Amino acid sequence: MALQNYNSLSDMQLDALKEIGNIGTGNAASALSTMLDKAVDISVPQINILGYDKVVEKMGGPEQFLAGIMLSLSGDVTGMIMFLLQRGFIHMVLNDLVGTELSDDEELDDFSKSAVQEVGNIMAASYINALAELTGLQINISVPCMCFDMAGAIMSTPAIYYADISDEIIFIEDEFNRTEDSDATSYILMIPEVESLQKIMTSLGLDE
Amino acid sequence: MTNSITVGISDLKTARKGDILVTYALGSCVGICIFDSVRKIAGLSHIMLPSSVGFNVKDNQIAKFCDLAIPKLIKEMEAMGAKRVCMKAKIAGGAQMFTSVNNSNLANIGQRNVIAVKATLQELRIPIIAEDVGSNYGRTLYFDSTNGSMRITSVNKGEWIY
Repeated sequence: MALQNYNSLSDMQLDALKEIGNIGTGNAASALSTMLDKAVDISVPQINILGYDKVVEKMGGPEQFLAGIMLSLSGDVTGMIMFLLQRGFIHMVLNDLVGTELSDDEELDDFSKSAVQEVGNIMAASYINALAELTGLQINISVPCMCFDMAGAIMSTPAIYYADISDEIIFIEDEFNRTEDSDATSYILMIPEVESLQKIMTSLGLDE
Repeated sequence: MTNSITVGISDLKTARKGDILVTYALGSCVGICIFDSVRKIAGLSHIMLPSSVGFNVKDNQIAKFCDLAIPKLIKEMEAMGAKRVCMKAKIAGGAQMFTSVNNSNLANIGQRNVIAVKATLQELRIPIIAEDVGSNYGRTLYFDSTNGSMRITSVNKGEWIY
């Protein structure tokens, strides 16, 4: 049976997505850890099918300041992948990587912006590599684009883009923490289109 | 006692007697404030998409689309006693959050929302007396039903009152 929407996923298929999230996150975390030369903790990913307002709540409310990095997926799997980084996480990356800081007025110079963007790029590529290897599908990622703003405003972009498909998204929530920091959380969101989800399930032998 | 009434994404609400309508973090979405200054009746709609054409719209999705949400908001305000001839509008939002998106569908959505909002309001003969639209940052909107003022706050771009 072909998947109609996100809610028609079976428990086993959800588990498979969770595992993909787990492996993807593991890959992304080790890439990050190598870049920063530091240990990085990751949580067990949570997978939820949620409305956009709920997703934003989970990230700390609509006015929570975040950096959002967005890459679109093409090839066998289409959709997008987003990284949402909290202030502490941006601090950590800038400090360790280029020795600059996020100032109070939250403006970054071009060099720092590009550093954060590149970290997002490498993490996304590692994540997608894991997915591609697992499924044998070919997945391309676009050049990342980034903005620093309120969580609600950032999330309006995927919300609008996928409005014709569903009011809800698969929110694969992975948290990265540096061992001693608690507000250095970041989230990865993978938003596959429904047909792509079908392809992923087929390639894993999980279509009923 | 003033209450603050939150208007979510794809949502619309009305207020009177000094209550404040708030919608958080408008990105590419547009917030439409309509005010009858004689009767002090305010309405706020937070739309996500310009047009419902081509969508199979369910009842709970009306407030998502510009072309359906604004007429519905006006109807609700009229049911509270507001008169169309006294209504004036202020609009905000329609930003392009990610500036270097190469996908044209995604790139212009804020702008397309703003154009649709202006066209719908013109069709309904409601003048726009203030706007804070476009650019590339998120806005939180507070709409005061005592005087119809629209206050916009942002993360790092400042604060304005219209």
